[in-house]
Amino acid sequence: MSLFDLSLRHKLPLWGGLLIVVTALAVSGSNLLLTRENLKKNMLSRSEILGRSLVRTLYSAISQDDVWRAYEIINFPIRAEARQPSFQLEDFVLLDAQNQVFISTSPKTYPLQARLNSLGGDFIKLEAQLASGDGRKVIVESGRILLAIPLVMEGVQLGTLVLVHPADYFKSSFNHIAARTAWTTLLVLLILLPASWYWGRRMAAPLSMLTEYMGELGRKLPPPLPDRIYQYGDELGRLFHVYDQMRHELAEKKSIERQMMKTDRLASIGRLTASIAHEINNPLGGLLTAVDTLKRHAKPDPVLERVVPLLERGLTQIKDIVGALLVEAKAKGRSLNGQDIEDVHTLLAQEAKKRGVEWVWENSVQGDVPLPATLVRQVLINLALNAVQAAAPGGHVGIRASLAEGHLALEVKNDGREISPEVMEHLFEPFTGQNAEGHGLGLWITHQIVDQLRGDIIVNSDAGQTRFCITLPLGEETWPPTSV
Amino acid sequence: MQICQKWMRRPLFLLGVLFLAAWHATAAEVVRIGLTPAFLNERHALMADWQKYLERKMGLPVRFVLRDSYQSTMELLNQRGIDVAWLCDCPHVTANPDFLLLVTPLFQGRPYYRSYLVVPEEDRATRGILDLKDKVFAYTDPYSNIGYLFPRYEIKHTGNDPDHFFRRTFFTRSQRKSIEAVVAGVADAASVNSYIWETIQLQAPALTSRTRVAEKSKEYGFPPFVADKRLPAKIFQRLQHALIEMSADPQGREVLKKMNLDGFTLPIQAHYQDVKDIVRFMRGE
Repeated sequence: MSLFDLSLRHKLPLWGGLLIVVTALAVSGSNLLLTRENLKKNMLSRSEILGRSLVRTLYSAISQDDVWRAYEIINFPIRAEARQPSFQLEDFVLLDAQNQVFISTSPKTYPLQARLNSLGGDFIKLEAQLASGDGRKVIVESGRILLAIPLVMEGVQLGTLVLVHPADYFKSSFNHIAARTAWTTLLVLLILLPASWYWGRRMAAPLSMLTEYMGELGRKLPPPLPDRIYQYGDELGRLFHVYDQMRHELAEKKSIERQMMKTDRLASIGRLTASIAHEINNPLGGLLTAVDTLKRHAKPDPVLERVVPLLERGLTQIKDIVGALLVEAKAKGRSLNGQDIEDVHTLLAQEAKKRGVEWVWENSVQGDVPLPATLVRQVLINLALNAVQAAAPGGHVGIRASLAEGHLALEVKNDGREISPEVMEHLFEPFTGQNAEGHGLGLWITHQIVDQLRGDIIVNSDAGQTRFCITLPLGEETWPPTSV
Repeated sequence: MQICQKWMRRPLFLLGVLFLAAWHATAAEVVRIGLTPAFLNERHALMADWQKYLERKMGLPVRFVLRDSYQSTMELLNQRGIDVAWLCDCPHVTANPDFLLLVTPLFQGRPYYRSYLVVPEEDRATRGILDLKDKVFAYTDPYSNIGYLFPRYEIKHTGNDPDHFFRRTFFTRSQRKSIEAVVAGVADAASVNSYIWETIQLQAPALTSRTRVAEKSKEYGFPPFVADKRLPAKIFQRLQHALIEMSADPQGREVLKKMNLDGFTLPIQAHYQDVKDIVRFMRGE
């Protein structure tokens, strides 16, 4: 794994840190270079000021050939300035008009009357420059730095004062500044590096979480991102927002798919049961007719008398079940009336009371409603009875029937045990009922009826409440009902 | 001194002295003693003590006048800017008819001093002045005996030309600075008064320890104090006594100790004969 394959969690702080270090070094470095140049310039100009002030007092000494006075004049600043580490003049050399050493602060290095060409390379250069110079200052830089200030009086050159600086004559000042710059840089780095580290982590942590979640997308629906993970409106913030949106849409798609599968399954079960019911119904009709004939016309026979009722009950039970499976919406009958709903109320009030269930019945439906009364009643009875049975003793059941926007809305709720997700998955399929009392066809029938009436069933179930909401579109011709 | 008294007996001279005394009324009130850097180089605390002693002994105000060369002190004396001076043992001082010898200091118990040929400590080769051909030599002052006259005499005495014997010479105006010039390496050698060298050796050995005395001369008369002959005899005597009695006085001894002298004595003209001979030799006489 190369450095570039590292996690952003490491890479961002690393790159950030590297950039900061590089920037800090570049800025400090260029500053130091500039400082070095300035230091050199400043020191040279300081030397020149000193040299020029000395030159004024040296005129009479050199013109009177007073070596000792000249020595005292040039030696004084060396002694006085020696205490200042920032000023590191090495020597003064005073040359006479013939460019021989008149006096210097180091007579052993620069003997009296020595010629310039005997004093080393830089003085030979100086001699050449002095020869071509026109009475102005001369600076020679070759290792040491020589600053030569001519002593010119009324156009006559009496001599030259040479200030000898060591090659690193501003080194201690520079080192001082460099050390200070280094400390400042270090301090800045100490502040910036953790800040950059924190910032990098702050950026990278949600990104790597997002990457992890996205990786799971193929296998399962990943969990939503934690709240407030990144609240800003920049690209990163938008990325998280888009992820949330995508996740939401995926979840919705998945739920729709599941719904469709459920609907398909229910439809195929419906078709299957219907065809089986039909296949059973035909021979069953014959059998029932045969039993009836046997009852009416057969000679009394103790065996028959015992068997025929048995047959009849069995066949009737089969007929009932098959009838229940074969929900026929074709049964027109009369249309629904507000009173039908009240009838169901009355019918079930006893059962509710018996079970000690708190019972709230709201019915705002009045007059005729263009829906088949029998089927609607059947649906309402099924759901209400389920609710009463699901609610624990002392529990609550709420039932509401109302008309709105071309729909009949039925809402049945109870605060009993919630429906588990596994049961919910197959809720409307036959023989999946939760309670032992029913035959497991109640919700199947309800679903078939609602389906045939082109209505919708929505079931919500959670810890506190289970709620069935049914909307049934009203017959178009008779809407709005004249009675409302 | 006897000469002085002889002069003072003459009435004409007395008249003259009276006239001058009136004319220089202010001068007579304060006794002014001229010093050169040759002997006491700006030693103000010492001079203050010495002044106090002399004023107490004489009952007269005393003032020290400092000049930075023999010549200016000499001029002051000539122009009556000072009454007494401590200069050198050159004939134009010791044999000058305008001056009277006042006292001679006693150095190491004797009224003599020598010339030291001083070279840098690291110079182990030089044994005498003739080893210094084509070197740089630091003279003290053209009026100094030890610092100028004597080395030139030695050179000329051996048949050399003192003006071209050294590669380079210069004047430092003070014996102490001559030693400094040798220490700094500006000069390769200097001729220094033994009293000065020994005193510095005693009081600031850091300087002299970096030099070596290559040669010591024979003894010469210690430079005397001289007085303007117009100085009133009474004052002359009081000053002479005050100086001579210094060694008997505690405060005076204190000052003498700081000066590294043992006392003062009456001068003897014959002590300065050698220098007179040297000068005469140098003039080619």
